[in-house]
Amino acid sequence: MALAKRIIPCLDVDKGRVVKGVQFVDIRDAGDPVEVARRYNSEGADEITFLDITATHEGRDTIVHVVEQVAGEIFIPLTVGGGIRTVEDVRLMLNAGADKVAINSAAVANPDFVREAAEKFGNQCIVVAIDAKQVETDGSEPRWEIFTHGGRKATGIDAIEWSKKMVSYGAGELLVTSMDNDGVKNGFDLPLTRTISDNVAVPVIASGGVGNLDHLAEGVLEGHADAVLAASIFHFAEYSISEAKRHMAEKGIEVRL
Amino acid sequence: MTTSITVAVIDYGMGNLHSVAKALEHASPRARVQVTSDKKLIANADRVLLPGVGSMRDCMGEMHRLELVDTIKQAAANKPFLGICIGMQALMAHSTENGGVNCLDIIPGDVERFSDDLHDPIAAQSGQPLADIRLKIPHMGWNQVNQQIKHPLWKNIPQNQRFYFVHSYFAVPQAPEPIAGSTHYGHPVCVALAQDNIFATQFHPEKSADAGLQLFSNFIDWDGNYQVSSD
Repeated sequence: MALAKRIIPCLDVDKGRVVKGVQFVDIRDAGDPVEVARRYNSEGADEITFLDITATHEGRDTIVHVVEQVAGEIFIPLTVGGGIRTVEDVRLMLNAGADKVAINSAAVANPDFVREAAEKFGNQCIVVAIDAKQVETDGSEPRWEIFTHGGRKATGIDAIEWSKKMVSYGAGELLVTSMDNDGVKNGFDLPLTRTISDNVAVPVIASGGVGNLDHLAEGVLEGHADAVLAASIFHFAEYSISEAKRHMAEKGIEVRL
Repeated sequence: MTTSITVAVIDYGMGNLHSVAKALEHASPRARVQVTSDKKLIANADRVLLPGVGSMRDCMGEMHRLELVDTIKQAAANKPFLGICIGMQALMAHSTENGGVNCLDIIPGDVERFSDDLHDPIAAQSGQPLADIRLKIPHMGWNQVNQQIKHPLWKNIPQNQRFYFVHSYFAVPQAPEPIAGSTHYGHPVCVALAQDNIFATQFHPEKSADAGLQLFSNFIDWDGNYQVSSD
């Protein structure tokens, strides 16, 4: 009897529609986030994460409706990330039915926002998203730095120190994305994930770079992740979530089947 | 014809009541859910549900501020009553959270925090390095629930079913009798309580997919009768 490692499919949502070319076989409207969430839920997803990539204010209102609709019929934890900058943004998402919000650039811009949000709504609903890139170190231990703006802007902040700081400010969970590996499909940055996971008391979600099911298992076994997040391998129906779970179970990982 | 059942979900300003209300309605077509802090509505409801996330100090503080303590105690004494998460912990006498908070004192016992030095004992026996098997806090995710008793709220839910948890504190009842379910996280943890017309869960049925909906449906169907059986 043990806590299961979680598999979390991530949906990129733009103006209320799932983007990144979802290609489910038997879904009529593959761009409808409610339909996609329904499908993931029936396949046994442990949680669902929505990443709102909408840049405009008008478009942002639609993510609230998406969360409301999904929360009204799918009863597993929901996380919303993207553009969460104020306590009011957090309140809006939680009231719409989200269980957690993922805070990214706003945490870098103003770390006290994390503390404020955690004090107001509880640590359990504050996920801090950490986007890190390995920086050149000749021959010495690897070092990672926090990047913002989709990996374009270096901050000079050490990723491991930042992780510890965010937990001390009240983050209940960390979502660790390797900017080197994101979209490359070569697997997670395992040393990065493991170093952060071993250095904080809260659960760590590994993200960025999943190309096959072995990568998911490695994230747990070698990266010491408590949960693994992936987008494209599930979107393109390369693998179902149930297949992913069976594969992890075969590797000796505790999963919810 | 099925009779409708009114459920008062107590609104004391804590957490996401929307999910609890939606899940109850989804689980049972008979459920008529009111999210409320109105004493009269709570007193007249057929069922009462005490939800909650957040800290115990805020939780008890809000109950006192809204003068709901007596109303909640009355409901817990005379009708089918379900506590969830902090709503389960609040039934105990005292919590160590926030430097110590007195709770509703309906079930004897305390609420304690998971130790910062928590490890998987089975893996520890197999000689794995402790750094590799440290357990995270909060206890977050899907864990198995061992049903310690037969109870109408466990109906049609398999033994060792997984439910969704997120918590750093847990209830420690003084006597073993009220323990309805347990899980394992570094050590055995009481995660469900049953006493007369009261049932309570540390996990979140509203976030536990089909198993959670089944428990909600069982709650709507429950008349509040529960006798400790000797077998």
